[in-house]
Amino acid sequence: MTRSLVCLSLLTVASGLLLGLLVFGQETGQQEGELWQHKRSLVALLGITDLSLSSEARYTRHVSQADLFSAFQDFPASFEHFPTGSMLPPRPSGYRGRVIMESSLQAEP
Amino acid sequence: MILNFKLLEYSLSSLWRRKEKNLALIVVYALVIASLGSVLLLTHALKIEATTTLAAAPEIVVQRTMAGRHELIPVNYAARIAEIPGVGTVKPRVWGYYYDSLIKANLTLIGVDSHHEDLALLDGSLPRTSAECAIGAGVATAFGPQIGDLLVLEDSSNRRSEFRVSGIFRSQSSLLTNDLVVLQDAALRRFFAMPDELATDLTVQVYNSGEIATIARKIAYYLPDSRPITRDELLHTYDSLFNWRSGMMLAVSVFALMAFIILAWDRATGISADEKREIGILKALGWETSDVLAVKLREGLLISLSAFIAGLILAWVHVFLYGAPLLMPLLKGWSVLFPEFELARVVDLYQIVVLGFVTIVPYLACTLIPAWKTASADPDEVMRG
Repeated sequence: MTRSLVCLSLLTVASGLLLGLLVFGQETGQQEGELWQHKRSLVALLGITDLSLSSEARYTRHVSQADLFSAFQDFPASFEHFPTGSMLPPRPSGYRGRVIMESSLQAEP
Repeated sequence: MILNFKLLEYSLSSLWRRKEKNLALIVVYALVIASLGSVLLLTHALKIEATTTLAAAPEIVVQRTMAGRHELIPVNYAARIAEIPGVGTVKPRVWGYYYDSLIKANLTLIGVDSHHEDLALLDGSLPRTSAECAIGAGVATAFGPQIGDLLVLEDSSNRRSEFRVSGIFRSQSSLLTNDLVVLQDAALRRFFAMPDELATDLTVQVYNSGEIATIARKIAYYLPDSRPITRDELLHTYDSLFNWRSGMMLAVSVFALMAFIILAWDRATGISADEKREIGILKALGWETSDVLAVKLREGLLISLSAFIAGLILAWVHVFLYGAPLLMPLLKGWSVLFPEFELARVVDLYQIVVLGFVTIVPYLACTLIPAWKTASADPDEVMRG
């Protein structure tokens, strides 16, 4: 009986600690409202479009502004040059070019 | 209830008899959960950082493309866009990159106009003259200038351009400003030798956020060589960058899940001769199959819950106290300037529940199924092996 009580107490304390960390985190996140506001003012003033995370290549530094092609060092049969290029999925936006196929029957009057 | 406590006591004794094996199991299991949990916590915190701060980004950024690549955009496109109903101000932006071949760092140079308010996250001020600049904390750390020092860059004609540092962005804003050098528009044009009639791109203000997508379509219609990128698309980019299917998640989760599958497979196939004999004896003593399963369920729950709680606490400490040093190389790559940032301690409880479901339930199944098979067999056969 003693062993099961000790075990259950340990599990309860550990769960409480975990829950405390998660809840404490949530509260801290909301208390930082003023800091978020300062950051948003910065973004609005400088027109920042991307996080300054991986500055090794243009297409990893400005992910949302990157075009469809590797910027500099692409060549046939090359491996991905920059390691983070393998971590970031492509998400081209704003392109509207399309390949349209029309049959010869449709084109002829 | 008393019986339950007695079963729990029996489960604990059973686990204690094989304590080395079970302890090793809990450690490996907890490390698997810690690695998966770290990625979840880190990617969620970065996603919140990106979507919350970049919500103030320009409504539309208009680039020009030529031969499938980004090209400088004529400033007179701004007038054409401003004629579209619902559009506010259209501003040409001047920005670009500067590579320092000595420490192999890429800097982002951004131009601002001369009229601007003070920023709370900037020590000093934004450039008030064309001979001043404000720099990010990463640039200050890498090159060492303080406010009042000179930052010397070589322009496109290899001439020295000197800028006095008028401000340094605080480290709290490093995720946004780490590699920035902010100059006045005119100074940056001179530095890049960019003609006055061209700009890097245009930012478009839209009064009604419900009209952003329509105005972007109109811009693409009236200016076919343009590429409008809306704020929603920008936010979706970061949403997909840090979601479940992101490269970072896959890179770590593949290895962690492989380790977990091996662990579960070992449990599912490898019920030991000792455990089989134990189940056989219990059955011979008159235990029901349901009693045996109740004991095994408690054993599985004790192991998986301990590992889950320990793993998640490890992940939280790793990400929020130490800044995820084991995952940062995945994001850093070969970057020389990489921000030191404090992540917002925001946790998505839904992700935690899902993580618990995909790691605890399969493990319990792998524990119970072989025990049920053994307990359903004839005790005599089981004891003889």
